[in-house]
Amino acid sequence: MAKKQVNPTDEFIKGLWRDNPVFIQMLGLCPALAVSNTAINALAMGAATTFVLVMAGLSVSLLKNFIPREARIVSYICIIATFVTCVDYAIMAISIELHRALGAFIALIVVNCLILGRSEAFASKNKPHIAVMDGLGMGVGFTVALLFIGVVREVLGSGTLFGVDLFADGFQTWTVMVLPSGGFFAMAIWLLVVNWIRQRQEKADKQTSEQTGEAAS
Amino acid sequence: MAKLSKHLEIGSSPHVTDGASTDVIMRNVFFALLPVTVFAVYAFGTGAALVIIVATASCVLTEHWLCRWTGNPSTVGDWSIAITGLLYGLTLPPDLPLWMVFIGGVFGVGIGKYLFGGLGMNAFNPALVGRAFLQAAFPQAMTHWQVPFAEGRFESIPSSVMAMPFWEPTYDAVTTATPLALMKFESEFAGGRELAAGLTSGSVGETCGALILLGGLYLVARNMMNWRIPASIFATVAVISWVYQLYDPTTYPGPVFMLFSGGLMLGAVFMATDMVASPITNLGCWLYGALIGVLVVVIRFWGGMPEGVMYAILLANAVSPHIDNLIQPRVFGTGRGAA
Repeated sequence: MAKKQVNPTDEFIKGLWRDNPVFIQMLGLCPALAVSNTAINALAMGAATTFVLVMAGLSVSLLKNFIPREARIVSYICIIATFVTCVDYAIMAISIELHRALGAFIALIVVNCLILGRSEAFASKNKPHIAVMDGLGMGVGFTVALLFIGVVREVLGSGTLFGVDLFADGFQTWTVMVLPSGGFFAMAIWLLVVNWIRQRQEKADKQTSEQTGEAAS
Repeated sequence: MAKLSKHLEIGSSPHVTDGASTDVIMRNVFFALLPVTVFAVYAFGTGAALVIIVATASCVLTEHWLCRWTGNPSTVGDWSIAITGLLYGLTLPPDLPLWMVFIGGVFGVGIGKYLFGGLGMNAFNPALVGRAFLQAAFPQAMTHWQVPFAEGRFESIPSSVMAMPFWEPTYDAVTTATPLALMKFESEFAGGRELAAGLTSGSVGETCGALILLGGLYLVARNMMNWRIPASIFATVAVISWVYQLYDPTTYPGPVFMLFSGGLMLGAVFMATDMVASPITNLGCWLYGALIGVLVVVIRFWGGMPEGVMYAILLANAVSPHIDNLIQPRVFGTGRGAA
């Protein structure tokens, strides 16, 4: 790890696509399925998680030499819970309706495996600025994934996007898309698309590497 | 091996076949469904005919396109997908908008069948997967019932059927309630003769119990359907509803009503017997049928919805491999004593 050259930009980019938390790592699926019924909820959830990810990554990375190995998970949870409480009160102050819509899922960010996973696997082993970039990349990747699911569910399920009516009266709403099962359907279809693109990319990469290999020999 | 096979054929059993390949069986299922389909079109008119045509076309096209897209040989030629589409069409309300019919077909075949691996791999009956999706997505349209034998049903197309894609349908025909909805919400029980002859409202192909039974008997006579599944379903439903009728005849209808109302006949004879999604052992079929029967009665009597055959069959499909696992006979020389 220490020998490899760590580039902050790379750490940011990887969270968007190559290691996307929802579509590739399949982490943090509980909020991704539960509060992605509208695009606004998805965006708010993503922003809240991003803030916690960045701040927890920074703190864990700064404190990594003071946290005893035996008590690290407890310490991480304490750090994460502190920032989640900040977010909780901030959302309550900004919009009480949004707070109601997100419900218990703000408090549940504390036990989001994505944040704990990044603290444990990345922030505790890297320098603070790199940990921040990693948290930011993961957070943005998470937000984008939630938005993808949320847009599909809101457009089909309510005929709106960010609360704005998209269609004239008489649009037939797909009730299932607002229900929890719609979250599974939308997510599964996006996973299908992402995996399909990834397979095509891998095939193309293999071909180019074979061609360059042949040219070299 | 390749050289040898010219002289001596080496293969695993069965060595003697009776020629019952997929397409032969499926052609016979089609013959069995023909009277039901003809009666459905006669009872509900142009709307039902269009729904059946679009349902079949959407399933066949989805299957063909997915096969082509993934680079596999198209399995459309063996009729199985056309039967799925026809069965799917028979489970829908006769005045459902055609664009919903199409979406349900694409969903049922694409997600219910093809993503599981195509023909022979589907864990659930694809026709019912499509219908269940529509039921969850468009609950109002899926519980809107046309009056059977309405005047002028062959002259005009119901306006709801031709609704613009993604737009709400407008209904011009008089709407009515199914016998099961009347049972559930009004405690009115339709007569057995009326139900068996198909004079009530309901989904396209579920109304005429007598013709469905006829088709089922044909398939049983040709040994192309495991008769134990429908027999077990009928017996379970009849016994439970008989006991409850004795207990309280004003709330609980009798066995005849329960057997001939709603989708029970169609479901038990043509859906639950899906060769892929039902157990393969005979004892497993009895258990599977009993499970469907119990679930049907529970959903109809105490559930939120008037009809539960679809969900009962889908749930039983989910456990059918486990049923087969549970009743594995002990291999001679192993197990309790030998260990």
